[in-house]
Amino acid sequence: MLALMLLIRRFEERASQQYQAQKIGGFCHLYIGQEAVVAGAVAATRPDDYMITAYRDHGHALARGTSADACMAELFGKETGCSRGLGGSMHFFDKGNHMYGGHAIVGAHVPLAAGMAFASKYRNEDRVTLCFFGDGAINQGAFHEALNLIALYKLPVVLICENNLFAMGTSVKRSTSLKQIADRAEGYDIPGDIIDGMNFREVRDKLSEIVGSIRKEPHPAFVEIRTYRYRGHSMSDPASYRTKDELEKYRLDDPIIRLRAQLTREGKLTNEQFDQIDKEAKEKALASVKFAENSGELPVEGVYDYVYAKGAR
Amino acid sequence: MREITYRQALNEALAEELERDPNVFLMGEEVAEYQGAYKVSQGLLERFGPKRIIDTPISENGFAGLGVGAAMVGLRPIIEFMTFSFSLVAFDQVVNNAPNLLMMSGGQFNVPITFRGPNGPAHQLGATHSHATENLYASVPGLKVCTPATPRDAKGLLKTAVRDDNPVLVLEAELLYSSKGLVEPPDEELLIPLGQAEVKREGSDVSIICYAQTVPLALTVAAQLEEQDISAEVIDLRSIKPLDEETIFNSVARTHRVVIVEQGRPFCGVGAEICYRIQKNIFDELDAPVVRVSQEDVPMPYNERLEQFVLPNADKLMAAVKKVCYA
Repeated sequence: MLALMLLIRRFEERASQQYQAQKIGGFCHLYIGQEAVVAGAVAATRPDDYMITAYRDHGHALARGTSADACMAELFGKETGCSRGLGGSMHFFDKGNHMYGGHAIVGAHVPLAAGMAFASKYRNEDRVTLCFFGDGAINQGAFHEALNLIALYKLPVVLICENNLFAMGTSVKRSTSLKQIADRAEGYDIPGDIIDGMNFREVRDKLSEIVGSIRKEPHPAFVEIRTYRYRGHSMSDPASYRTKDELEKYRLDDPIIRLRAQLTREGKLTNEQFDQIDKEAKEKALASVKFAENSGELPVEGVYDYVYAKGAR
Repeated sequence: MREITYRQALNEALAEELERDPNVFLMGEEVAEYQGAYKVSQGLLERFGPKRIIDTPISENGFAGLGVGAAMVGLRPIIEFMTFSFSLVAFDQVVNNAPNLLMMSGGQFNVPITFRGPNGPAHQLGATHSHATENLYASVPGLKVCTPATPRDAKGLLKTAVRDDNPVLVLEAELLYSSKGLVEPPDEELLIPLGQAEVKREGSDVSIICYAQTVPLALTVAAQLEEQDISAEVIDLRSIKPLDEETIFNSVARTHRVVIVEQGRPFCGVGAEICYRIQKNIFDELDAPVVRVSQEDVPMPYNERLEQFVLPNADKLMAAVKKVCYA
């Protein structure tokens, strides 16, 4: 999982660089600082569990096993991208790896998560749906309607609020009437918990426990995972709404440094091994840029192939 | 053939599709224990059980989205809106999620979902409950929209919609739920393809293009016109999207005169699009400018006299036909 976290970090650094070089269009939201959240979640679940998230989705696709090549190619708008270059940064999909997007209307994917979990319960599967969203989503109507439905129908969903303290430029304090976000769940009679999102092991262990319980008997759970994004909301955001001191404080608590220290202390990781893992992550990220550059685009006429699915049953 | 109501026809369609495919389920407000606000789902809970006939809280955006998510992973939801006026609360799910996922995912996720329920102005329901939403939804690529006007079309189109691999909106005509018509017996499979208009009455002097609640209106007016020696052809679009241009153009090429009568509002209405397509493709066939009969461009008033003034009616349609026929 350290390798995954480093891959996400190095991939996002490359994405940032390529965005500045104008190889990537549209909006681009980076996941740097939040890596332990998704890494902990995949460590706690099975590859066939459903995953769905919001627009800050690069890390989630990588965590699900989508290749760095397919992710970077998507950012470049190339046919080899995970969504054939038709979705872009905010709409990463990978059906084979059970990655159900990449959704860019805040809160609008939480009802979709309810539907996916509804389907697994309908079919008597023990699959769990992981639904990620930011602290900005918790004040949307769709979020509230979905939470009520999820609780009412006892659907197997882990609602994961990645609280990075800011919805774009608005701090949680200025947007949310609650003292702590986890309390949102209480209003729907869903068990809620708070997790330190800078600590991979805490995320993994607490989610493992929750997921185990859901597999035995379908029910929802809500976790507020406290994390921090080092970069602005998107590439165009200089993040002037927070202080350098605040950022530095979180950088010292970096999830990668923390996991490295834990492993080193336990004698499970040497400096050489860490450097080797990081080197490989950097190489993969760099190679993904080359892959994306060398990939082709869909022919323009191809655009009509993605309006209606062919056939009926 | 036997005579049944529009409501029974829809009920049969639901029952047959639920019977045929275990992935089909019906969800919406009051669909189960209450047996449907308009009794379209009467008896289905008893027959198929609470796992497949599911009551929801009043959360259109929530349960429409739940349907989209379930469709992404292989179920075939039928989502009932108590009226399409309430679908506006779920506009984001119907417009921004259901039809966009195929493109956004590069073809990985299609959304086989049916949104259905009554649509269009009924009787004195006031501005919030009287929306004709077909032009809103037909403007969205990725959605299909049909508007049955007879029991037979209601059954055949709904069954086709459920089997379609795309999001389909079946906009039922609220005022026609109790109307009767001939439908094939239940043991005969009735599927009516989307995108096929039907000539409901043949004629040679003028083509009246209509759909949903304006079909009975057009047929009534056509009968009156016959007494005045004007032979009107009545074309029921049945589907707004895909649109059957061929049937429209063939008719216009024979009659050379067109009136479009729609239940919705005039600005950016369905009739505006059809009018554009006619003049673009068969301009030389026209002997008179195309005339549209629509609602007045105002929110719907409650007052009965004012409502009647706002809606398309027989007098307006008659006047429009005479205008294009220079009669």
